[in-house]
Amino acid sequence: MSAANSHLEVLPRSVQFLLATAIVGLALFPLVGSDYALQSLSRMMILAIFAMSLDLLQGVTGLVSLGHAAYFGLAGYALAFLSPVNDPAALWWTLPAAMALSGAAALIIGFFAVRTHGIYFIMVTMAFAQMLFYLFFDNKVLGGSDGIYVNIRPGSGFVDLENKVTLFYVCLASIVLVYAFLRRLLWSSFGRALVGIRINEHRMKAVGYSTFGYKLSAFTLAGVLAGLAGYLWGALNGFVNPELMGFHMSAHAIMMVILGGMGNFAGAAIGAFVFEGVLHWVKDLPQVGTVRLSDHWQLWMGLFIVAVVVLAPRGVLGLVGAILERLRTGRGESA
Amino acid sequence: MTLANFLIQLLNSVQYGLLLFMLAAGLTLIFGIMGVVNLAHGSFYMLGAYLAYTLAAQMGSLPLAILLGAVLAGLFGFVLERLLFRHFYHRDHLDQVLLTFGLIYVFEELRAVIWGNDVLGVQIPASLDWSIPLTDTLSYPVYRLFISAVCIGLALALYLLISKTRLGMKIRAGAFNRDMTESLGVNIELIHALVFGLGVGLAVVAGMVASPVSSVYPNMGSPVLIMCFVVVVIGGIGSVRGALIAALLVGLVDTFGKVLLPQVAGMLVYVLMAAVLLWRPEGLFKQ
Repeated sequence: MSAANSHLEVLPRSVQFLLATAIVGLALFPLVGSDYALQSLSRMMILAIFAMSLDLLQGVTGLVSLGHAAYFGLAGYALAFLSPVNDPAALWWTLPAAMALSGAAALIIGFFAVRTHGIYFIMVTMAFAQMLFYLFFDNKVLGGSDGIYVNIRPGSGFVDLENKVTLFYVCLASIVLVYAFLRRLLWSSFGRALVGIRINEHRMKAVGYSTFGYKLSAFTLAGVLAGLAGYLWGALNGFVNPELMGFHMSAHAIMMVILGGMGNFAGAAIGAFVFEGVLHWVKDLPQVGTVRLSDHWQLWMGLFIVAVVVLAPRGVLGLVGAILERLRTGRGESA
Repeated sequence: MTLANFLIQLLNSVQYGLLLFMLAAGLTLIFGIMGVVNLAHGSFYMLGAYLAYTLAAQMGSLPLAILLGAVLAGLFGFVLERLLFRHFYHRDHLDQVLLTFGLIYVFEELRAVIWGNDVLGVQIPASLDWSIPLTDTLSYPVYRLFISAVCIGLALALYLLISKTRLGMKIRAGAFNRDMTESLGVNIELIHALVFGLGVGLAVVAGMVASPVSSVYPNMGSPVLIMCFVVVVIGGIGSVRGALIAALLVGLVDTFGKVLLPQVAGMLVYVLMAAVLLWRPEGLFKQ
């Protein structure tokens, strides 16, 4: 099985159709959905952007970062600090500024981190993220363990994020743009080089690629995109705290990418939706007989994850793709 | 800082370091020999603490409870390896990460069903519930010395097992070259299950001895797990000796950091780890 095949880099027609349908469904959703549902979906879309940014490292380049939440959280904090107390922050410049801050942090940390390999890379990225976490957690000036409020959500011109529907569409536009950009990048010569590094870094070096530069660029770019997600998260919740940079946030992002299927961005996005969706669902299960099923949500969540690992080694997307292909071609040769 | 104060902090850091070593040793062995990243290792620590709560109450003696708990935990680890983990050796590390992440949820639920979600306390055994006076106002609790003693005893036993016994030789050979060891007639599958049982046993015992001082609460394994990964990585993956030195180092930095530099104490351990890895990208004692 070729590398492109194992990572589903070329999405089957049926999956592409499904994704397009999902986007159309999301675009129409504000016509019928409640405020609460809008907020939940905005949340999922933001996490999907975050997961896709990590997939550029984890699935495409083979760099598993356990500290990706640092760049997510930093942009959220940037929004909080750039917001005037009684006025909305200007979206047009605070968003790029927040993304630039995340990118700068990723550039500096990546400069050290991408020299290491395998599990050591995982641990170095985690170490730097934990440093940032404790920097904010232990210092009152930076909000301390309680975090900071974003009193008024940012806006510019006719785009006012105080409006839930506007915020929803900004999230939708962001996820579509980021996805299109990353898919484009995947098939560019830069993206091909990153995939080459994942498959065999030594060979890439031998053919003359400066793999350090490529890895650092990918790390920085992933940081910038995580910053976009973090900024939107701060705007959605009106509140940032150190947990946004915490270990669990980083770990959950990794889980979302694996759960959905790595290396093609669609999987990461689907993983974010499935992870959040299942979490939501199991916490809301009904009562059966004398047992309130929702009380045991951790068990269902855990069993779900274990089942995905056992039954669907290529993640949810791989499973869905295989089923759809089988339906389309009518049994016969399957993937 | 006075001498007595310094001594207290030094003893505290050694005790914390040794406790971390008990967990990190299992983690590093399981990773070094089976190549499995086990995120659920912290859950064994938590289950140990809860087990201590129940067994100590039933048996009326914490030390006896620890002995029984160690045996139960070893068996539990052995069975878990046979039923689940052995199917994941050939899988990608990330699949193992996802699997063991799912197991954390399952173990948390198990804990919630059996013990509920309350914070529980375990009594220090009466015979160990006193303090050694150091000055007029300062004294050091004997139970903390007991924790260190148990850990040192187990560390010694582990050292003897791995470097002096026939089984230890097979474990080392298996870690070095699995296929070669197997073709020499060693039952490597059994070795794997034993090592896994050993790792789980050490983690559970750590949770049990620590339970009277740390108290017993949900999710208590998670911060410990992060620290253990730090220890394993600083020490060099697969190296038990490295894990011991790294654990003591982390214990010192964390404890004295909290006393001397409280503003940045949380960061210090990670600064240490980043510094070590930039200096030696594969840890202090690479295997």
